Amino acid sequence: MKPGTRLKSAACDTEVMVIRCGSGTIECGGAPMAEAKPAEAAALSPDFSAGTLMGKRYVDEAGAFELLCVKPGKGSLSVDGVGLNTKDAKPLPASD
Amino acid sequence: MNISLLLEMAAEAAGDRVGLVCDGRRWTYGELLAAARGAVELIESSGASHVALLDESSEAAVIALFGAALAGVPYCPLNYRLADEDLAGLLGRIAPALIIGDVGRVERLSAGNGQVTMERGDFVAAAQEASVQPDREYDGGEGVAVQLFTSGTTAAPKAAILRHSNLLGYILGSVEFAAADESDAALVVVPPYHIAGISALMSSIYANRRIVMLPSFTPEGWLELVEAEKVTNAFVVPTMLTRIIAAMEEGASADVSSLRAVAYGGGKMPLEVIQKALQRFEHTGFTNAYGLTETSSTVALLGPDDHRAALASDDPKIRARLTSLGQALPAVEIEIRDEDGNILGPGEAGEIYVRGDQVSGEYKEKSALTADGWFPTRDAGYMDEDGYIFLSGRADDVIVRGGENMSPGEIEDVLLTHNAIADACACAIPSVEWGEAVGVALVLREGHLEPAEDEIRELVRARLRSSRVPEKIAFVPELPYNEMGKLLRRQVKTILAD
Repeated sequence: MKPGTRLKSAACDTEVMVIRCGSGTIECGGAPMAEAKPAEAAALSPDFSAGTLMGKRYVDEAGAFELLCVKPGKGSLSVDGVGLNTKDAKPLPASD
Repeated sequence: MNISLLLEMAAEAAGDRVGLVCDGRRWTYGELLAAARGAVELIESSGASHVALLDESSEAAVIALFGAALAGVPYCPLNYRLADEDLAGLLGRIAPALIIGDVGRVERLSAGNGQVTMERGDFVAAAQEASVQPDREYDGGEGVAVQLFTSGTTAAPKAAILRHSNLLGYILGSVEFAAADESDAALVVVPPYHIAGISALMSSIYANRRIVMLPSFTPEGWLELVEAEKVTNAFVVPTMLTRIIAAMEEGASADVSSLRAVAYGGGKMPLEVIQKALQRFEHTGFTNAYGLTETSSTVALLGPDDHRAALASDDPKIRARLTSLGQALPAVEIEIRDEDGNILGPGEAGEIYVRGDQVSGEYKEKSALTADGWFPTRDAGYMDEDGYIFLSGRADDVIVRGGENMSPGEIEDVLLTHNAIADACACAIPSVEWGEAVGVALVLREGHLEPAEDEIRELVRARLRSSRVPEKIAFVPELPYNEMGKLLRRQVKTILAD
């Protein structure tokens, strides 16, 4: 998948932009994400329902995947069933 | 990945929030995005290969930057202070372009290049009025977002290429989305054709920090705007800070208590000025941001705590850090290398190399990156044991006397310790015996008598090696600087050659 691709959650309002992508299935709310929303919404898995935050970057342990949340929702992100964690920017002490 | 994402996200999360204040007009993120989308229609119908801005800062800079990005055409702000001949050369290199700003000048200098020209007000109005299909598609952002001509202090201007991925790498790595409070405001006074001016727009928009533009710098105007808009963040070049401090010393006053953070960069900050600034702006954190056009802005910085620690320290090593560039950003690697590319250790002087996602190192003509992705900055410097970087000048300015490399900076620093010398520039002069020798141009401090040449030579001999002793000494009324505070050494060389 190309960097810059936008993926939508099948289970909630979440949308992400792919910054970096390894091999595996990107999911939200426990259901695979895709460029188009399915006609029928998938059920939100209780294991993946912590929610996404606008503007947060999500990464896997190995650093193969990096997703930017561009629209928040109720589901949480995972790759092949393993949850992703947020990655914080290192804010500069001043604007430049 | 397209940099337009930054404005789209701000408009999505806070569409009604004011994102920009310029000449008394306030723009919300929603209005800015709508105008940028309108600008796409103008850009596409013009058939332009570049979108150029030949103008001071205004809302047009934001609309053109993001409009060009959405249209997939490089945005190319031009330096309106260039002489006609130089500007005409650059206009020829970006044809056919949509050029916003000084229409009369473009038509006088560049007729027949197939460009479309628009005055600022006409462009903004047309962008707002353009009809846009709601479901239309925009560029994917795989190409060039910004093309900037380097300032060309040592050679002809080069067209530096910044891709969407470079700029987004920098912003996403260094700015937390929507982190600013609604009361926060960033004062942007750097001209639109400078990388710091472009990164200020992108980082403020992504942080949802209101941009307050001061299109034309005066110290009084700057102080007034800080008070009126309760500005919290600002970026200045050293000459601006010098003038702000001078105006305050002459009695200009304003309530600057809102100012939390001031970053500076773009040239060498005189030690005296930063010391005074730290005393005058007691509650402000100062940051020295070092970066180049080719690195999408900042790659190293000296933060507020470093400044205060250096000012308070009795240890000469810690105190010296007030003149340092600071340490590399977390997402950037920095090395000092010698001429053969070998990595040097602490305290050893060489050329500064940079690597990271934000580093483009690419010119329109060719990439300057090494095979393993390092960008040779052509800046000369060294690093201390803790990774603090010290800049001694441009590598091209190094004086080579009989095979010995000498940095102008170390000679100038010694000369500036003389209380009768207000400013100093050392550069290479031709020498039959040595190939090159040291020439210095000096500016006398007001109210002082011109020191004897022998006294100056003795000062350098006592502090540095005898090879550094200047062969030629000239006193001049002032040294030539460009508007960003960069010393124009080429011109000093010409003065010394006479």
